[in-house]
Amino acid sequence: MFKNNLPHIYAWLLLTPALILMGTFTHLPSFTTLVSSFFSTGTKKFPSKYIGLENYEMIFDDPIFLEAVLNNAWYAVATIIPSVFLAILMAVFVDSKIRGRVLVRMAYFTPTILPMIAVSNIWLFFYTPEIGLIDQIAINLGFTSQNWLGDKDTVLNCLIIITIWKEAGFFMIFYLAALQNIPPELKEAAMLEGSSKFYFFRRITFPLLMPITLFVVINATLNSFKLVDHLFILTKGGPDNASNLILYYIYETAFSFLDSSYAATLTIFLLLILAIISIVQFILFDKRIHYR
Amino acid sequence: MKKYYKNVSIELLSAWILAIFWISPLLYAFWAAFHPNEYAINFKILAPLTLSNFFEVWNQAPFARYFLNTFLIVSSILIAQFVICTLAAYAFARYEFFGSKILFAIILIQLMVVPEILIVENYKIMSKLNLVDTILGVGLPYMASAFGIFLLRQTFKTIPKELEEAARVEGCKLFGILLRVYVPLAKPTYLAYALVSVSYHWNNFLWPLVITNSVNTRPLTVGLAIFGAPESGVNWSIISAATLLSVSPLLLGFILFQKQFIQSFMYAGIK
Repeated sequence: MFKNNLPHIYAWLLLTPALILMGTFTHLPSFTTLVSSFFSTGTKKFPSKYIGLENYEMIFDDPIFLEAVLNNAWYAVATIIPSVFLAILMAVFVDSKIRGRVLVRMAYFTPTILPMIAVSNIWLFFYTPEIGLIDQIAINLGFTSQNWLGDKDTVLNCLIIITIWKEAGFFMIFYLAALQNIPPELKEAAMLEGSSKFYFFRRITFPLLMPITLFVVINATLNSFKLVDHLFILTKGGPDNASNLILYYIYETAFSFLDSSYAATLTIFLLLILAIISIVQFILFDKRIHYR
Repeated sequence: MKKYYKNVSIELLSAWILAIFWISPLLYAFWAAFHPNEYAINFKILAPLTLSNFFEVWNQAPFARYFLNTFLIVSSILIAQFVICTLAAYAFARYEFFGSKILFAIILIQLMVVPEILIVENYKIMSKLNLVDTILGVGLPYMASAFGIFLLRQTFKTIPKELEEAARVEGCKLFGILLRVYVPLAKPTYLAYALVSVSYHWNNFLWPLVITNSVNTRPLTVGLAIFGAPESGVNWSIISAATLLSVSPLLLGFILFQKQFIQSFMYAGIK
């Protein structure tokens, strides 16, 4: 009897450190986030009290939050589509036996390993009005100077370009792995048939890359909600919240405006978005995993 | 044949143009960092080279301390992750206990709910534990990693049970089996996970920003953000030098072990 139970005890003992740490910093805070979203933020005069759904009602009347959500949606779509396109292009280049392909691959991949903070520092100089590199070139070509990061119409797209620059090389490696798995016999057969390179790509390569594209799109979407480091250096969400993203707004609400209950409510909203994306991912991938 | 040759050279040309275009922001940072500030936007081949920007960075801000902090954070996280994830992954890979499947699913929630998203509540928890502004406080939320448990579990499952039984016959106890059978056979997974983890935490910013507020705990990313802030009024060449300085170990590691890095990211991503 005792002997039968022993493996179970071992298993639980082995899991203990992981469960304690994960419970403390993932599951417990998720739960307390939900709890604090039903309370007001306590101050010295007014201690925190239960206010029901008031915080949630506030969300729907909050123009900044609405703007952050819309910005985030555009940011996600506008980074993912060019990144995927460029990543496929890069992978095709690196996969072909061109001269210096190791150097080319390195050039594409290097932005991926740099911290977003460092990347932002470099790009800040490009975007700076008048003395920045882009403006210097524009002025020399006879255009007028523009405040790229200070203009509501251009600021978000400036951030999008940086993110594409950083992420395309990362997605390239997954396409590269997929391309290297395409059997060479297919290529030989296509060559014998005299099909053009483009035709081969359209009919053979591209369909085979579809599962990877799904994986990349979902990961890129999740990233666009999780990574806001560049906002701290480049825009602080401005001008006038034109580049504010959800997670940055949560940070501002909690640590600048010191309204932790409202920040918790915003966090619940973000968790909901991430949960939906993850469920979609799970359903779509589940089908594929069965064939493994 | 002629047509084929032409195609190849167009491909070669466009691949290289894209590569040069892609790496140019970084090359520009090198240019600015190694030249005096008046040449920051003035590209003359014969502009004098200098290291003074780097010396100035080193003197103006405690970068040596930031390096030490980042090193301590990254290595303590990695060591803890190895130990904690190995134990948990072994439990999931080799024991069929009541509720193991559900528990595994609950752990995988962390893949979605990363600590960055829970900054508000995690900050409260850290202040209750008296760990605000400590190196441990920066690393603790990452030490039990669902991703690490998942990767190692997948690898452990492919290791034949007979090997474990043979080791048991030889008199190995649980930890002996882990250290002599599982860990050596899972070396490639550990390497891949280590490279991904190190580059993630070397670059991590939001959580360290929230939880640190002094020179003695601040990692490079947070130090760099403060150093480069427009209010600080330092010039481009110096900011470029600071930026390159902060990324240099990772960049150097990547250039030397490019293949391992790319394979690790690939391996870790696809699993």
